Amino acid sequence: MNLEFTPEEQAFRDEVRAFIAENHPKELGDFGMREDMTREEMVAWHKILGAKGWSVPAWPVEYGGTGWTPTQRYIWSEENARANTFMPLPFGVSMVGPVIYTFGNEEQKAKHLPGIRSGEVWWCQGYSEPGAGSDLASLKTTAVRDGDHYVINGQKTWTTLAQHADWGFFLCRTDPTAKAQEGISFILVDMKTPGVEVKPIKLLDGGYEVNETWLTDVRVPVENLVGVENKGWTYAKFLLAHERSGIAGVARSKRGVEKLREIAANETLDGAPLIKDFDFAKKVSQLEIDLAALEITELRTLAGEQAGKGPGPESSILKIKGTEIQQRLTELTLEAVGTYSAPYYGSIANDTGSNEYAVGPAHAQHAAATYFNMRKTSIYGGSNEIQRNIITKMILGL
Amino acid sequence: MDFNFTEEQDMVRDGLSRLVREQYDWETRRKAIASSAGWRPEVWAQLAELGILGMPFSEADGGFGGGAVDAMVIMEEFGKGLVVEPFVPTVVCAGGFLKHGGTAAQKEEHIGGIVAGSSVFAFAYAEPRGRFDYADLETTAKKDGAGYVLNGHKAVVIGAPWASHLIVTARTGGERRDRSGVSVFVVAKDTAGITTRDYVTVDGRRAAEVYFENVAVGADALIGAEGEGLGLIELVTDEAIAALCAEACGAMKVAHAMTVEYSRQRKQFGVPIGSFQVLQHRMVDMYTAYETAVSLTYLATLRLDSGEAERKRTVSAAKVGVGQSARLIGQEAVQIHGGNGVTDEYAIGHYFKRLTIFDSEFGNVDHHMKRHVALG
Repeated sequence: MNLEFTPEEQAFRDEVRAFIAENHPKELGDFGMREDMTREEMVAWHKILGAKGWSVPAWPVEYGGTGWTPTQRYIWSEENARANTFMPLPFGVSMVGPVIYTFGNEEQKAKHLPGIRSGEVWWCQGYSEPGAGSDLASLKTTAVRDGDHYVINGQKTWTTLAQHADWGFFLCRTDPTAKAQEGISFILVDMKTPGVEVKPIKLLDGGYEVNETWLTDVRVPVENLVGVENKGWTYAKFLLAHERSGIAGVARSKRGVEKLREIAANETLDGAPLIKDFDFAKKVSQLEIDLAALEITELRTLAGEQAGKGPGPESSILKIKGTEIQQRLTELTLEAVGTYSAPYYGSIANDTGSNEYAVGPAHAQHAAATYFNMRKTSIYGGSNEIQRNIITKMILGL
Repeated sequence: MDFNFTEEQDMVRDGLSRLVREQYDWETRRKAIASSAGWRPEVWAQLAELGILGMPFSEADGGFGGGAVDAMVIMEEFGKGLVVEPFVPTVVCAGGFLKHGGTAAQKEEHIGGIVAGSSVFAFAYAEPRGRFDYADLETTAKKDGAGYVLNGHKAVVIGAPWASHLIVTARTGGERRDRSGVSVFVVAKDTAGITTRDYVTVDGRRAAEVYFENVAVGADALIGAEGEGLGLIELVTDEAIAALCAEACGAMKVAHAMTVEYSRQRKQFGVPIGSFQVLQHRMVDMYTAYETAVSLTYLATLRLDSGEAERKRTVSAAKVGVGQSARLIGQEAVQIHGGNGVTDEYAIGHYFKRLTIFDSEFGNVDHHMKRHVALG
């Protein structure tokens, strides 16, 4: 048992660090998750990685994966966090991609996997509905067979960045008479199909990250069904476990704690740096301790995967702890900026068309928006309460 | 990066797990801790025979060449069975002082006895007013010819009633709480002038108040350099903390499993209480607290050799995180056991008690949070 990198792993770290330094577009370094990023900006790094063959490291090699060990993938995410890169979005790479190469047919693999790898095709996820959140299996969107087509009707919601999407993967009810989980199918939909309508939802931070997606008599060819009709729930669960395993966000949170320490060193309290205040420093220490534990827990899980176990129910722990830490980090950052947490940066940008009249220190400008935005993390991907239900069933056996 | 245990470590775990299961069952333990001796020397002899007591010593010193990970494996199994025998005071603490600070002659004199099980040590560091500061010493060791004369009162010396020898910290110079002037001594417990007041601890172990009245020891009793013992004490107690964290992990694992099992058996309102979501989620939070503790224990154990600042930082992180998990799991386990949880009869209460006292050993959550903050 040891925590050291082997010489090969150190060489790998140097290689990816050098690649990122040479190839990551400098102008993307400051973006973060800014609400005014364009589609081109969001896929820029993805396209560079696609060309390099590094956009889907976790996939099997035959489908374009890199064959990296879990430790190498850990190094990769560490180095990307270090350089603050805007990583490929998960909808294609971590969600529908694995479903297609695991359950899809050869035509579907040939048609869809290249676009996911290259970053040319933008995917969105059609799971939640206004009446089906945590109780996802109660979804009502229907797909009715009509000759060589399914005709889809219903409403999806929380469709993240669907405003940019070329394709979506949708859970639809294909057997209304079956039990809730058993009549669902996993269907790929070209978002340009007539009857698909995407309406933005404004969020607490002022941004437009999610949408309502309305489907009215949307005719989709039957070859867009993935796997077997009515077995979509199995694929949906598989996808959720994959989604959760990357959700801990350890490397990004470590970078976030460094940033928080910088901010707290520049803010003052009673004439001294805020970070010298014991009450505040103690909260930062607690966050670092929790994060150190999560990092080892994730590495232990990765080591288990290396030993042949797929992402199992342990990934629910990563989801719970990872999102709690992400939220705590943004909460402490908000506390650290103090008075300048109040100005609504979005209104200044919107009124002037630029940020040149923004008030307060630069590090304060996104603190509140990010804090508000990150409340989503304990809700999405199966709420943290649903994760507890999963652990109850799968690990405690109750 | 590697989270696998070696074959030898797996064998040690299996062997100890069997010993605890077969010879340390709940009734046997209950009788032993209530007996006048309060422990089982025959178990200690068996641990020596199995090579457990010699595990963390180098082969050159007469041991089996193990390290901190081996101690972790051992302590986790002890934690599962609430084993009271003094592995930490004897092997981790006294063994640590001898390994890191002992002269060849001191190693020669004492390590063989530890490995064979014939010498049992206790670590007399705490004082009535010193709390968790190893330098806050009223006990003195005054130079007297070639040797020293010790005077003072050591508090809650775990395992002292069973010990043949003591490791004692005392001030040889400087002011109370100065970093310099702290020295470490090894003395036989039957040395003239040492008296003890033995008692039972709430978690089923034995301890003593140890009084030193003009106790004369030779120059060969000093471990390490005179007046420069604090760094050595910090190193050894950090190793002891990692071992205690592993023990706590073992105890937490059992406490959690017992609680889940109890919730499956216990029926109220006509159904097992484990079917209630409000209890399920609390048991999940216990489980994640346990996993957090395991991860921090691994981290601290694997960072013991990583240089002083990194070692202190990760050990303090572990003592904070494991302490918080131990508090949560202990309290929740009792709560979910209901009235049975507060009886002496049910084992769960005894796990709760051990997990409670764990926090006060070598610095509690607050103390280590302060050290973590101070290290930035």
